[in-house]
Amino acid sequence: MGNTITEKILMAHTDLKKITAGQLINAKVDIALGNDITAPIAIKEFKKAQGKKVFDKDKIALILDHFTPNKDISSAQQCKFIRKFASEQQITHFYEGGQVGVEHALLPELGIVLPGDLVIGADSHTCTYGALGAFATGVGSTDLAAAMLTGELWFKVPQSMKFVINGKMPKWVSGKDLILNIIGRIGVDGALYQAMEFTGETISKLPMAGRLSMANMAIEAGAKNGIFAPDAITTQYVENRAKRPYKFYCSDADAVYSDTIEIDASKLEPQVAFPHLPSNVKGVSKAGNVKIDQSLIGSCTNGRIEDLRIAAQILKNHKAASHVRLIVVPATPFIYKQALQEGLLEIFLNAGAVISPPSCGACLGGHLGILAEGERAIATTNRNFVGRMGHPKSEVYLASPAVAAASAVLGRIASPAEL
Amino acid sequence: MIAKGKVWKFGNNIDTDAIIPARYLTTSDPQELACHCMEDADPKFITKMKTGDIIAGGENFGCGSSREHAPIAIKAAGISCVIAKSFARIFYRNAFNMGLPIFESRELFEAIKEGEEIIVDSVSGTITLASKNKTFNINPIPPFMEQLIADGGLMKHIARK
Repeated sequence: MGNTITEKILMAHTDLKKITAGQLINAKVDIALGNDITAPIAIKEFKKAQGKKVFDKDKIALILDHFTPNKDISSAQQCKFIRKFASEQQITHFYEGGQVGVEHALLPELGIVLPGDLVIGADSHTCTYGALGAFATGVGSTDLAAAMLTGELWFKVPQSMKFVINGKMPKWVSGKDLILNIIGRIGVDGALYQAMEFTGETISKLPMAGRLSMANMAIEAGAKNGIFAPDAITTQYVENRAKRPYKFYCSDADAVYSDTIEIDASKLEPQVAFPHLPSNVKGVSKAGNVKIDQSLIGSCTNGRIEDLRIAAQILKNHKAASHVRLIVVPATPFIYKQALQEGLLEIFLNAGAVISPPSCGACLGGHLGILAEGERAIATTNRNFVGRMGHPKSEVYLASPAVAAASAVLGRIASPAEL
Repeated sequence: MIAKGKVWKFGNNIDTDAIIPARYLTTSDPQELACHCMEDADPKFITKMKTGDIIAGGENFGCGSSREHAPIAIKAAGISCVIAKSFARIFYRNAFNMGLPIFESRELFEAIKEGEEIIVDSVSGTITLASKNKTFNINPIPPFMEQLIADGGLMKHIARK
């Protein structure tokens, strides 16, 4: 009986010779991540446990990206607390100010997370790095404290679900639409405690940006991790970014899966998740007349240069409807600069957009784009729970950058094909 | 442990944004977080509940964000334990790691009405609904998780090792 890629990566981080789903293991961590919301609790726990020195200053990433640029005094205090710890411990991967980007866009971009890694992060969207062929999973702050102290963490080896996606994706259909469609099929706990492994001919052609969007939302189906077998697209993405060795793993032909789900991508249209669950998914043609107040293009799901290029392609020579606030959030400083050099920022400004600094703020209802009572947003983010982007009586609709851009122009949820 | 308290019922997929909205995450102070416990699921919850009360959730309780502020807010509010049909993975880990007692029982949720009093006995693995003379079994806790509880959470477990 063979192993899945998830099992192989987990096993490679232990001294075990054999591993099976359901087994409880202690595994070594390559990168442990925290942000300005979750790291303060982890640091307090670390100190409470008499922690003096982190296990490896090069294997911890502290990213101040949520309530930054500091939104108020208490968020500034949290950042100050982390900055002091990072300085005391000489943490290599500490990012803030003009160097910071949305963590799950920044870490792959800088080559800090690599194929074959075991990554834990006190942020649920840590699963994003599965796109690179890494095992990456979200944990809590106490888990982060334990990893910072010992370099290890406990895991239950998950069962794996296999998603075989074939067929040519129609125009305007992206990785975001694939993952929304999958969550719509299996539900927000459809992959609870499991690994979601994405394969098939559509996946083998899917660019890295699309894979990152898909792995990012594995948690929205309850999964422990999402994962892609690394290939030539992975090599192309990581070879000039990596500053340390990395390893490609792939599933054995006789690996065991709890379920296999086949999807024909050629039959899909752009997808929209209606309030208040990411599984409440419809094709955009069935959205009806849903008027919007805000369109947000950005986040760890869809704030990459490829996403901005698609949005710019649609917004060129158009203006956002007069009642729509269009907010574009390049996910990292590098992406921001790229967008500037490619002329995308000018297209966004001409379309009436506000260009935000890289931040998670608007996505989680922190700052930089909060919704009032009764307001509706279309967003390229990953969650549309009650109150996610502001007032408990506001609404969030999740979609791709193409749909968010077209909706901004038409003032209602719309397909780019309508323009 | 034995917990006796009134049950507050919530539905399926109660996410951590509903348990503690992100707008309050500029602090990690347990008492401040407790003031907003369950606010976006039931804005009046914190004024109605009493110390020792119990939360009963449906499927996938605690889904969404990994914020440990969610179990911290519940514990600091004085809730003695959470019982759900199922828990989201990160919430499940966090609760054991930081010491909020949680139990799985599919039957209880269907059988109980909000406001009824139950007795949870983690040693015998049962929940008693005295008014209806009914007893339900709690899903057994995996041995490793039992060890975490016995040691007083993950950090103390590591220290002991």
